[in-house]
Amino acid sequence: MVKKVLNFLQVGVLATSSYVTSIVVLLIIIFLFNEGAGVFTKSLLEEGFVIAVNKSNKLNAISPKDIKNIFDQKITNWKQIGGDDNAITLFSIDELPNFYTEEEIGSDFEYMDTCINNYIANHPNVLAYFPERNVAKNFQGKMIKVGTLGVFEFVKGKEWLPTARPVAQLGILPLLLGTLMVSLGAILLALPFGLVTAIYMAEIAHPVARKVLRPIIELLAGIPSVVYGFFGLIIVVPIVQKVFSLDVGETALAGSIVLAIMALPTIISIAEDAIRNVPNNMREASLALGATQWQTIRSVVIPYSKSGIMTGAILGIGRAIGETMAVLMVTGNASNMPTTFLQPVRTIPATIAAELGETANGGLHYSALFALGCILFLATMALNLYVQLALKKRNR
Amino acid sequence: MKKVILGCALLIASTTFAQNIKIKGSDTILPIAQEEASVFNKMGKGSVSVTGGGSGVGIASLLDNTTDIATASRKMKMNEKIKLSQAGKKVKQIIIGRDALSVIVNPSNPVKKLTRAQLEGIYTGKIKNWKEVGGKDMNIVVYSRESSSGTFEFFKEHIMQKKNFASSVLAMPATGAVVQSVSQTAGAIGYIGMAYDNPKVRQLSISYDGKTFTEPTRENAKNGKYPVVRPLYIYYVTTSEAKVKPFVDFVMSKKGQAIIDKVGYLSL
Repeated sequence: MVKKVLNFLQVGVLATSSYVTSIVVLLIIIFLFNEGAGVFTKSLLEEGFVIAVNKSNKLNAISPKDIKNIFDQKITNWKQIGGDDNAITLFSIDELPNFYTEEEIGSDFEYMDTCINNYIANHPNVLAYFPERNVAKNFQGKMIKVGTLGVFEFVKGKEWLPTARPVAQLGILPLLLGTLMVSLGAILLALPFGLVTAIYMAEIAHPVARKVLRPIIELLAGIPSVVYGFFGLIIVVPIVQKVFSLDVGETALAGSIVLAIMALPTIISIAEDAIRNVPNNMREASLALGATQWQTIRSVVIPYSKSGIMTGAILGIGRAIGETMAVLMVTGNASNMPTTFLQPVRTIPATIAAELGETANGGLHYSALFALGCILFLATMALNLYVQLALKKRNR
Repeated sequence: MKKVILGCALLIASTTFAQNIKIKGSDTILPIAQEEASVFNKMGKGSVSVTGGGSGVGIASLLDNTTDIATASRKMKMNEKIKLSQAGKKVKQIIIGRDALSVIVNPSNPVKKLTRAQLEGIYTGKIKNWKEVGGKDMNIVVYSRESSSGTFEFFKEHIMQKKNFASSVLAMPATGAVVQSVSQTAGAIGYIGMAYDNPKVRQLSISYDGKTFTEPTRENAKNGKYPVVRPLYIYYVTTSEAKVKPFVDFVMSKKGQAIIDKVGYLSL
């Protein structure tokens, strides 16, 4: 009786803990997507602010990109964005004291609304940017619609300036490409080295050599990533710069090299375990047929342990895609469109890590970073699913 | 076993009942806050704990009551103010000291001074070669800080006059990384807090009017000749004034201000 109860309890504990874990994971995913979805519903305009023009202006809406270029003074005439041929007068609240005296504004800014209203009414070519609460009751100007971000613009946009004021530019294409490039480069570098080391350690190395090598490689996995980052910045970056005689050494290639080193221990340990799990009689059979050691490795051992090697590679890629600190230090983080490996790039994890600390909780920038997290999550999931499917097909 | 439980209970009791002042926020102010807190704690006036994370983190923590004092190397943003007032919180702002920003280049670079307009041109991507500003024929490699940093905000507001950076600008996660990169890249330019000055890089003289160039020294920054100086803020909710007052008074006292100078920033 006691035994039964005890057994029931033990099984119960196991079941509950596994349910709880699954639910927590699900909740985290729901939280991630819930926060990320906000990027498509929030206005691109800075919260609490409005953009307005004079009533006589033809335009009703200006695209976010044009607004940014106007405030950067790259667009200076209304006709460049389809208006009349007049120079744009920019107005922001900080300039109010230049046009109105202190008495006119009021000691407690109580007449500020009226001043802004008058300024907009009197300047036909104005583009004004001011807080929503300062919109006067009898507002004479015309509000400009800025609107929300579309999924398509988010994924295809080429400019990532989340803190641009008054309108944020949220295009993630350069970040997405940067992440893919760095990860791809890392895996191209790490896979051959990892495989060769794993085969050597499992099949060829003297047991003593293996006993020394294995802990050293496993030690690599325990080093904090920020240490790899500094190593990369001080050693790898100058080498890349010199070898390719570049202006700047912080490049996608430097990131790939550092990530490859970081992914090596995972790939090596898992691939080596897989190779060592090949039953000895397989090897013996092959050798008995007259095959050399290399032929045995190539046509018996590797095919037999393929799924284990693949797992190691996936976990290695997983680490590469998600790695943050080391990449943050060595890739330069410039958010331009990457064209070659010898150019600074900005990756998604680095962007999230570098920017999340300073965003206003629940704001547009905050949601945009969560949306980036969702994309990273989807990318890793797709990769895992693809490899699992590929393995299943092959094993059949 | 009993002893352990008793110990735990005591520990919990002591942490809940002691007036522990929590400070959170800007990484720029972190060295000041830590030093002030450790001296304050040693004087036995109370206990203060300090964490960094960034100016925005500090202000967000003020909103959800996880800190008593928020430090910030930038002024509170409009939407942060709106959020706090929506939550019914009145916030007090105090300037505790100042920090000067200096523009740095590689020591091998012959350029010794730049105007604000030239800096704006370099950071918006209009000026791409050092020969355009009186240097060698060499591409300019532009280093900046991440947008989360208060130093970035300050540079954007003052030097760039709120214009956006070119997307080819390299963003570094820490001031130390900017110094390291500029020191090993011949064509590099970057900006750092003056407290982080390092012999591996050279500071430039800056001019706002295009005529008088001022060297970024502590004296010039203190007497107002050097233009790129920013205030360092602390914020607290007025309802917790009684709790934080002793510490704030200490920071503003002569002793507290001397610590700010000692850490490398500028006292008031």
